[in-house]
Parts: sequence; C-alpha cells; structure tokens
Amino acid sequence: MNDSLAHALRTMPGETPKQAAAAARRLTERIVAERLADIDYAPVESPFGTLHAASTRRGLVRLAFPEEPLDEFLERLARKLSPRIVAAPAALDPVQRELDEYFSGRRRTFDLALDWALITPFARRVLSNTAAIPYGGHLSYAEVAAEAGSPRGARAAGNALGSNPIPIVIPCHRVLHSGGGLGGYGGGLDRKQYLLELEGALPPRL
Amino acid sequence: MGSPPTTTTSRFPPHPRFIHVSNGPPPFQRFLDAHREDVWRFLVASVGREDAEDCFQETFISALRAYPRLRASSNLKAWVLTIAHRKALDAHRARARGALPVAEIADVADGADRSSSAAPPRDESLWHAVHELPDRQRSVVVLRFLGDLPHRDIAAAIGCSEEAARRSLHEGLTTLRQEVIA
Repeated sequence: MNDSLAHALRTMPGETPKQAAAAARRLTERIVAERLADIDYAPVESPFGTLHAASTRRGLVRLAFPEEPLDEFLERLARKLSPRIVAAPAALDPVQRELDEYFSGRRRTFDLALDWALITPFARRVLSNTAAIPYGGHLSYAEVAAEAGSPRGARAAGNALGSNPIPIVIPCHRVLHSGGGLGGYGGGLDRKQYLLELEGALPPRL
Repeated sequence: MGSPPTTTTSRFPPHPRFIHVSNGPPPFQRFLDAHREDVWRFLVASVGREDAEDCFQETFISALRAYPRLRASSNLKAWVLTIAHRKALDAHRARARGALPVAEIADVADGADRSSSAAPPRDESLWHAVHELPDRQRSVVVLRFLGDLPHRDIAAAIGCSEEAARRSLHEGLTTLRQEVIA
C-alpha cells in the first residue's frame, strides 16, 4: 500500500501533537485530582538549582539535587516504589513553599508529612535521630550512631546519612565529625557548609 | 555566607544508590509522553475529535490501573492501542444506542478542527467513509494506518487471526477506495 489512499489515511487528523499534549495535560490533572497515581513529582526551585521532588499519599518521599538526571530519578522511584508516577506541579506546592521559607530564614522546622518508604530499618533509626537535631545544632557521627543503638557504627551511620532520600528536610547536614570537621554530604560539602551557615551553626565564610 | 554552591565535591555518592529490584514498565509519565500522539491520532480517526477526548482519558486511566502488572518487555504501544481500540468500540456502540447518525458526528469532529485556522484542509468524504466502515474493518484500517501497527499486533488487539486481520484490511481499503472515488 503506497498509493494516495494510504497517504491520506496516515495524514487524516490535523494538529495531533498540540491536541495530544493538551489531552495528556487534562488527563494528568484528573489523575492527580482523583489520586489515581502512587507518586506525584515536580521540579522545586532552590538556591542550589532545580531539585526534583516526589510525594506519595503519605508525604514527601524523595528530594533530589539537580545533578541527578530526571530519568534516573523517575526510574529509581518506579523500581523501588511504583511505576504509577505522574508529573503534578501543584501537588508539590507545599514543598516549594516550605523550602522557600527555609532558605529565606523564615522557617526553622518543616511541617511536611514524610514517607519513609525508601529508608532501610537501620537508616531509619539514624535518620529519625537526625531529624530530631534542632535548627542551628549539630551532632557527631558517633553520637548519631550511639543513639541508633550502634555505638561503634560511626561509619555505618555515615552511610545511612549518605543514603538520605530527603536531604535538607531530614537535616543530615547537621551531623559533623567529632573533631569539628564537616565530614561528608551526599549533595556536596559546599552545600553542607551553606546550609550550616544559613542556620547559624557555622560562622559565615569570608 | 557565600553564594549557593551548585557543584558537587563529595566523597559520598551524589545520590542514594537504590537496589534494582524488579523489571517493571517505565515510569507512567514517560509511557504517556511516548504514546499520547499515537493514541490521540488513533482515537480521532476512530471516533472523531469530539469523542476522542473521553476515549483518551478512559484509555490511559485503564492503562494506569493495570500498569504495575506489566513487564518491561511488553510492547507498550500495541498494548495501549489495544485498550484504545476497546474504548473506541464502546464509543461507537454508545453512539449507535443514541441513534445519532455517523455523518453528524463526522461533521462535529470536522467542525472542531476547522475552528483552528492552522488546520489543513482534509478530505471529508474519506473521513465519513472510515466512520461508516463495519467495526472490524474500521479498527483494522485505523490500527494499521494511524496506529502504524504490524498485522500481528492488529490481530492481537482486536482478537482475531493475522489472516483475518489482513482480509479485513483489504476489504476496508477496497470499500474506502470505491467510496472516495465514487
């Protein structure tokens, strides 16, 4: 079939891309409104650049720094939690609002509901102790490990902190070396330093 | 406080390393992005612009419900067009019950397109003729030329043998050629 009828059939409806994109947008709005997906995601702006945020019905489940490619971010969520993931900017508005307030110094604790589904049991003990460190404060890796019931597990605690799926909101940047060194940070030490300075835990760099 | 750092200098990996646990389908949003145009074209050709919107939503919502049970190796395009095909048949049946003549629906579909100044002129007689084909012939013609599916996938989509799909395609095209030329 390579005649004019075949050609006419293939080209019959006009403006497909624009109409299909609009229909897909209305569809995702409905999916979000009726809560048919398991995970909503959206870009969230920060002083570090555009973060990717994802939430489930329970709450914020993932916050990723800009260098994590969006496709990898989505693939991980699909494999680990559920492939029913849709783009839903409005669903993440509360995350954007609280981060804006935090970065402008107007918010000291986050009120966002969190979903701990991506956190292993040991990391959960470490990170829930970390979540209790107040704004402007800090603990050492050894202290966080001891509180998690693993007194000699400073390195394991470091790994648990490094795997934090919701950085900034779960403040793993507040865990430092006992000697006063910064230690490590999944998002890069410059960012850890920036967050600690923002909170007044470290004197500003000159 | 210095300017916000935007680069990474860490001995830790830049993001959590999750364990690869299953071999499921891609994230739904990616699936929707990849196939929305195929489904839209298929539905506009099958049921007209007016009903395409509802069918499109029903198709992808059915797909979303069944989605976690899919394997990564599934032929996602054939799968979603199979669902769209069923929704299109439902729409045709509902329309038949409502006793609305097909020609009127084709006018509505065409009118919706004409409202946009950028819409290219289209062959209305062909459009009408496609809608007036018997269910199976219409499905096969539309799956072949607007869904761009091979005969094997068309047969699977409408639940017949590959040979029967070929035959229906031939019959449908013969009818269309006569109608359009006549």
